[in-house]
Amino acid sequence: MTRVNLALLILIACVASLPLFGGAYALRIGTIACMYAIFALSWNVVGGFAGYPSFATAAFFGFGAYATGILLNKSVPLSVAVIGSLVMCFLLAAALGAVLLRLRGHYFAIASLSLVEVFRELVNNATDLTGGGMGLNIPLASGSGILADATFFFYAMWGLLLITAVVVIIVSASKLGFGLNCIRQNETASDMVGLNSTLYKSVAFGLSACFVGAAGGIYAAWVHYIDPSDVFDILYSVKPIVMALMGGLGSPLGVVCGAFVYLGLEEVVWRNYIQIHSGVLGVLIIMLLLFLPHGLISLRSGMFWRKAKHV
Amino acid sequence: MLAVQVLINALVLGCLYACIAIGFSLVWGVLNVINLIHGSFIVLGAYLAWGAYQWLAISPWYALVIAAPLFFVFGYLLQRLLLNRVITAPVLVTLTLTFGLDLILNNAMIYYFKADYRKLTLSPPTGSISLFDVVVPVDRLIATASALVLTGLLYLLLRRSKVGRAIVAVRLDRDAAVLMGVDVKSIYAIAFGLGAALAGCAGVLMALIFPISPLTSSAYLGKAFVVCVLGGLGSVSGALAGGLLLALVEGVGSTLIGPAHATTLSFVLLIIFLVVRPQGLLGRKGFE
Repeated sequence: MTRVNLALLILIACVASLPLFGGAYALRIGTIACMYAIFALSWNVVGGFAGYPSFATAAFFGFGAYATGILLNKSVPLSVAVIGSLVMCFLLAAALGAVLLRLRGHYFAIASLSLVEVFRELVNNATDLTGGGMGLNIPLASGSGILADATFFFYAMWGLLLITAVVVIIVSASKLGFGLNCIRQNETASDMVGLNSTLYKSVAFGLSACFVGAAGGIYAAWVHYIDPSDVFDILYSVKPIVMALMGGLGSPLGVVCGAFVYLGLEEVVWRNYIQIHSGVLGVLIIMLLLFLPHGLISLRSGMFWRKAKHV
Repeated sequence: MLAVQVLINALVLGCLYACIAIGFSLVWGVLNVINLIHGSFIVLGAYLAWGAYQWLAISPWYALVIAAPLFFVFGYLLQRLLLNRVITAPVLVTLTLTFGLDLILNNAMIYYFKADYRKLTLSPPTGSISLFDVVVPVDRLIATASALVLTGLLYLLLRRSKVGRAIVAVRLDRDAAVLMGVDVKSIYAIAFGLGAALAGCAGVLMALIFPISPLTSSAYLGKAFVVCVLGGLGSVSGALAGGLLLALVEGVGSTLIGPAHATTLSFVLLIIFLVVRPQGLLGRKGFE
């Protein structure tokens, strides 16, 4: 366990104390913070470790949300539905990854981007199962009061974040993480030395999808209503990338910090400039890319932790 | 007769698709940048045509002539001032940068024009031609002809002019072009400017046919993706082939299995092409 990873776990543990300090608003922000951190950590597996520019986050977020929503409507318990979505997302992404990850660079980016479109259109047109453009209502889970509900979903999302972080830390220290690093640096060479790069990439894509899918499931149960243009929003694909770039590509602690900082900025911008919030987000993205290309983690003084591994 | 009508529609729509995609394809091929702002450029061009007609009573044909230099300068400056700083960075960075630019431009358009759908209605209306049972609206026909002329002009430019040959040279082999004395930075900016100009002109043509709204930009961008991948990158004939194929698949698909599935079909086709034949239908290195 390196100091960076320890710092990550401590940071996540600190987030858990949030309900002590605030009401429903703090819980809402906390839940979204955990969700964004899950996105960023998951994207980092395929985008940061393996170096594949994936835009498929929104596809699996929406898939997980709809899978859980449909299962809940068939009165399956929440925990089973979320675990079911997690497993389904993993298998689906691993299978798709085996095909799509043969593409490199721009082509992979486009293919993953169009995955979102395909999923959205499929859900839009499967009206019998998903309600199509009318959206899907999801039954209330408990009805034990607003604050209790908010606290429950906050801890559900937080627990998922903890699991994601632990898995990502294990992956980064394992043979899989090492293999993904090799693939990022030189895929042809890693093929040559006998690395099964297709298997590694598929597993990485599956891992990057399954927690996002589970987060989608919790999100669906939390907001009680989902529709295709909401959960398959392409912004869900782009935000994790911005967070990762903001925090420092490849470093788990960096991307989680990036997610929290991003959420803070987004919240401030939403609150003050509701009419031009996406324009302000655009300006932020551009400033970030031009002036801080290696993320916030490149600002460190070197006092607290050693050089980030995957930058 | 239905089959003929579907074919004619596909032919008309296919040329327009080619016109939408060709600037995108040029930028992708030459600069190796996926230009996500392309869709918003098209919508901006459409607003230009609409505003010129509505407020200044300038007909869309003249708007075409105004749009081209305006968008060229806009694109040229954008590349010189912003994109050029990260042009050597990995895919992710350039892609995200153009996404940020798109957010700004799209938000600005929503702010000034609102998200309402508008329509440029020519008066008097141009009507339609019907031959036997096949009906083609005249405005569509004119837009298609203009799209073909634009593509032809680009082809001539790339083929005959000195700048065009330099663009082709940079696309084929950047390093060799540098050694031959080509100023790559200025060629990049010119290519991006050309892409923007083509997008603006495509937008003016779209204004004749489709409703205008900032929200339609992602649909145009999606079409540009599919056409580029189907036809092959950076070539004029590739964009034409891709546009025609896409229009044909959409037309036949929506006739056979319903229009709701047309978009799904086109994206499934895109993924299949990416995996099976990533160089596209007419994939060759460089321009013809």
